[in-house]
Amino acid sequence: MPINKVLTAVGHRVVNTVWRIGFASRFFWEILRQSGPSFRRFGLINKEVFSSGVMSLVIILVAGMFVGMVLGLQGFETLKRYGSESALGSLVALSLVRELGPVLAGLLFASRAGSAMTAEIGLMKTTEQLAAMEMMAVSPLARVVAPRFWAGVISMPLLSALFSAMGVFGGYVVGVMMIGVDEGSFWSQMQSSVDFQHDILNGIIKSFVFGIAVTTIALFEGYDAPPTAEGVSGATTRTVVQSSLAILFLDFILTALMFRGF
Amino acid sequence: MQFPKGKVIAIMGGSGCGKTTLLRLIGGALKPTKGEVRIGGKVIHEMDQDALYEMRRKLGVLFQFGALFTDMSVFDNVAFQMREHTNLPEEIIHDLVMMKLHAVGLRGTHYLMPAELSGGMARRVALARTIALDPMLILYDEPFAGLDPISLTVVGQLIRKLNDALGATSVVVTHDVQESLKIVDYIYFVADGVIVAEGTPDEIRASDKPFVHQFIHGEMDGPVPFHYPSESYMQDLGVLG
Repeated sequence: MPINKVLTAVGHRVVNTVWRIGFASRFFWEILRQSGPSFRRFGLINKEVFSSGVMSLVIILVAGMFVGMVLGLQGFETLKRYGSESALGSLVALSLVRELGPVLAGLLFASRAGSAMTAEIGLMKTTEQLAAMEMMAVSPLARVVAPRFWAGVISMPLLSALFSAMGVFGGYVVGVMMIGVDEGSFWSQMQSSVDFQHDILNGIIKSFVFGIAVTTIALFEGYDAPPTAEGVSGATTRTVVQSSLAILFLDFILTALMFRGF
Repeated sequence: MQFPKGKVIAIMGGSGCGKTTLLRLIGGALKPTKGEVRIGGKVIHEMDQDALYEMRRKLGVLFQFGALFTDMSVFDNVAFQMREHTNLPEEIIHDLVMMKLHAVGLRGTHYLMPAELSGGMARRVALARTIALDPMLILYDEPFAGLDPISLTVVGQLIRKLNDALGATSVVVTHDVQESLKIVDYIYFVADGVIVAEGTPDEIRASDKPFVHQFIHGEMDGPVPFHYPSESYMQDLGVLG
């Protein structure tokens, strides 16, 4: 391929990416600016918390349970080598509240609720429902997008907390009930090693940030989707891919800031 | 083009000639590169967002396939604008919604979801939603597309009767010549971005302009060619050098 064609293709891609980032930033700002009606009519947010949060409960709880059980098994095998089986409760709890809870709940939320948000908004656009709303002098950003955004931001930390709680229970089932780790040391080690501010609060902040990232990406992709079947399907795929990468990238940044202090 | 108060005006033309674009210009969804659209003396594309939304409250738009909100019942669809733009109590909204649905003959469907309606019923519910706040100007984008003959007549008659009852002005973008000639007061034919013919239904029927003749009689070839412009057929088949 001639060099000028390569440069043109690269340039086009860069310009397109910068344009989309700019559009997404403006979209995010507009959601915040037009959030007033959502809070004045909290029922709109409530309805979306049900569809994105409550409807994600089963997958979050089941996944949390299994992750906790695996942590219990793997943690016990590792700790046994050093004679520290009693620290299993600490290992399970710290792994979950600091990292696995927010990250895995975020990834599951992106796949379950994020993709659904994109598909729903994309289809509303395709079937001219958003255009109809606009022609009725009702802003789709205020009426459709903002309630979904805040529902995602509210749901994400709650789902992450439930994921971690279920994971701790899974670790307890495997470690204490199946393997036989002392129940007293399991809970007391956990209680003494988990710090509310340093561990739990930081985990909540992470999940809050992931909630903002996932819902913004999901809503933007839906709103920007070409109004065709292929366009909506592509937007849904992009939501899952971009949300997952954003969660992992943000997790690295937040972990570095929170636990290493740089 | 002029749309006098109280009249039903049709805009006709071949696919892709810009009829829907014209509706979007009237609704302020697009800005013109040349010329201007005025409603009640005000230039649409010079309005800011608040003024545009204020104008749209007096505007009703019926989209091609209804564009009903699929997560809301028929009742909630019709009540949508009332709840968004007024502070009316629910009892009054209930009565108003029932009146609007009664006007389109679908009061009995208020509890159904849009997915449970036929195409013709969905179009009539969308019509009830369009007139929810008694608009002064109603825009119809292909209101007859995909309807069976009975639904087509029903929707056509509703457009005429509702316009007269509300004292509104209606602009109907359509391909359906025969149905339109029955209900409209004036017709514009558009092609290649310009008005190629206009007149009352009687004048249009009597017109000897080739474009109008082809359109009304549904002839395959004429000023609107059957073949999309291309190279010579023989050349494409490789018969000629």
